[in-house]
Amino acid sequence: MTLTDWFQTRKESQIARRSTETQIDDNISKLWLKCFGCNSQLLRKDVEENMHVCPKCGYHFRINARERIRELVDEGTFKELFNNIQTTNPLDFVDTENYTSKIDKAKAKTGLNEAVITGVGKINGYEVSLAVMDFDFMGGSMGSVVGEKVTLAMEEAVKRNIPMICVTASGGARMQESALSLMQMAKTSCAVGKLDEAKILYITVLTEPTFGGVTASFATLGDIIIAEKDARIGFAGRRVIEQTIRQSLPADFQTANYLMNYGQVDLISERKDLKKNISDIIRLHTK
Amino acid sequence: MTILEFEKPLYDIQSKIDELKQLSESSGVDMSKEIQNFEKQAENFKQELYANLTPNEKILIARHSDRPNFLDYMEMMTTDFIELHGDRHGTDDRAIIGGIAQIGDEKVVVVGTQKGKNTKENLVYNFGMPQPQGYMKALRLFYHANKFNLPIVTLIDTPGAYPGIKAEEIGQGIAIAENLREMSKLEVPIVAVITGEGCSGGALGLAVANSVLMLEHAYYTVISPEGCASILFRDANLASKAAEALKITAKDLLEFKLIDGIVKEPLGGAHHNPQEMADNLKTAVLGEIKRLKKLSKEELKASRYDKFRRMGAFCS
Repeated sequence: MTLTDWFQTRKESQIARRSTETQIDDNISKLWLKCFGCNSQLLRKDVEENMHVCPKCGYHFRINARERIRELVDEGTFKELFNNIQTTNPLDFVDTENYTSKIDKAKAKTGLNEAVITGVGKINGYEVSLAVMDFDFMGGSMGSVVGEKVTLAMEEAVKRNIPMICVTASGGARMQESALSLMQMAKTSCAVGKLDEAKILYITVLTEPTFGGVTASFATLGDIIIAEKDARIGFAGRRVIEQTIRQSLPADFQTANYLMNYGQVDLISERKDLKKNISDIIRLHTK
Repeated sequence: MTILEFEKPLYDIQSKIDELKQLSESSGVDMSKEIQNFEKQAENFKQELYANLTPNEKILIARHSDRPNFLDYMEMMTTDFIELHGDRHGTDDRAIIGGIAQIGDEKVVVVGTQKGKNTKENLVYNFGMPQPQGYMKALRLFYHANKFNLPIVTLIDTPGAYPGIKAEEIGQGIAIAENLREMSKLEVPIVAVITGEGCSGGALGLAVANSVLMLEHAYYTVISPEGCASILFRDANLASKAAEALKITAKDLLEFKLIDGIVKEPLGGAHHNPQEMADNLKTAVLGEIKRLKKLSKEELKASRYDKFRRMGAFCS
């Protein structure tokens, strides 16, 4: 046996051993999670009690739409609207799986009907119309229903003459509805035009992650654009850009800080300050 | 002209007919009846082939390197085209070209994406993939049209807005989003034509129009079939399957009421007879402008808004 053979054998036995050792008990993985920011092992409960922010380094974990509404809206004031609008499969789209069954799975997983929750509620006493996206529902992608609900929420803001708040988390337009999804970009952006005409204050909160067709429509049309700390925001995905330009990208590319440096967001907010930031902005626009 | 794979049988038949003609001439045997018969059959085959193209074959035609581009159309269907350069903020993106021109008896503002016909040209025009500044230039020209009450015509043929570092830094998303919103506020007739590739937000950024037309073999989609294949089908080689699934042809878009009309192409596609294509396009665009000019400013805005407001498929 040569020396390299010996190393090779040792390496293989190590790999084999490691793969049997890493059979982690599912209950343990439910109790613990690893921070993307500082790599610390954290008790899930500690993170949840801290608004899903790492107690050690302050890294902001992604949160779902229900959690977001709990954190932003005054208790007991949120009234969900337009939840009756349901997704169909207009293109009879099938990829590795039928679109309808993907939707059913996403519904079961999240307990939501679609990737956005819309409604009205109060933020520190100010009545607002809200659209909050949920990344856990098919990557927060925008199809016909998301576009329609966001538009209806904007029309509700005009009707009630109250500020409009959109909290975005999305991979972009939903491919399974193809051009119908694409047109939701136009529809929602045109609806923002109506907010302009009615002089409605429109605040967008871009959260981890906001990309593609949502970035290229209502998300970046806010009168005030807030990026949540640690959010990654962009038009094209990192991988697409790397493949196109064939070079690696800076580590902080498309982060909230990066975007702020290039003049694309008004402010970056930590999660604990978000509610106050929004209500302060509304207050400063109220006579 | 580059012959596409699926067109090869057509050219094989034609060369056989030519051989037969030569043989007939050199041997002095009269085969004119047979030749005529073959030619008729070949013509039928051709008609049938192009009338029943798969989405994938349409894509090949839409991407054909000889397909007329924006400047070709300016040459063939307008008079007095004067290019107006620059976004007024430091850049003149070459992937989007715009200006003022006359189409028939209509004075208009024209804006479109420009593709090259070879690598050298494509390096100049960035393969028809605009930077954010391209959309900013377009918007400046739209405001110009609005000020002087000139109808807007946009011609779109793009694989998408450019995905690059600079584009992200300047704000590709914001640039497109602002065009979508601002186009909804314009008080002049807007006619948008997808002349080749209509890929994603990069195409839509010029297409919030009163009338959206597509050339017969153009395609319009939320994502390129290649991109869709690698993400959803987990295999970039399944692009033709994705192209079928995405329902990207002009006929599909018309069925979903996402476009307003289809402009017929010469047999074999626009590149087989660019002038005929330009004439068809000119007639269609002029027809739409004349129809839209009858509407008041308010009606133009409201009907454009209502059209996009209704788009989508859901139940409640």
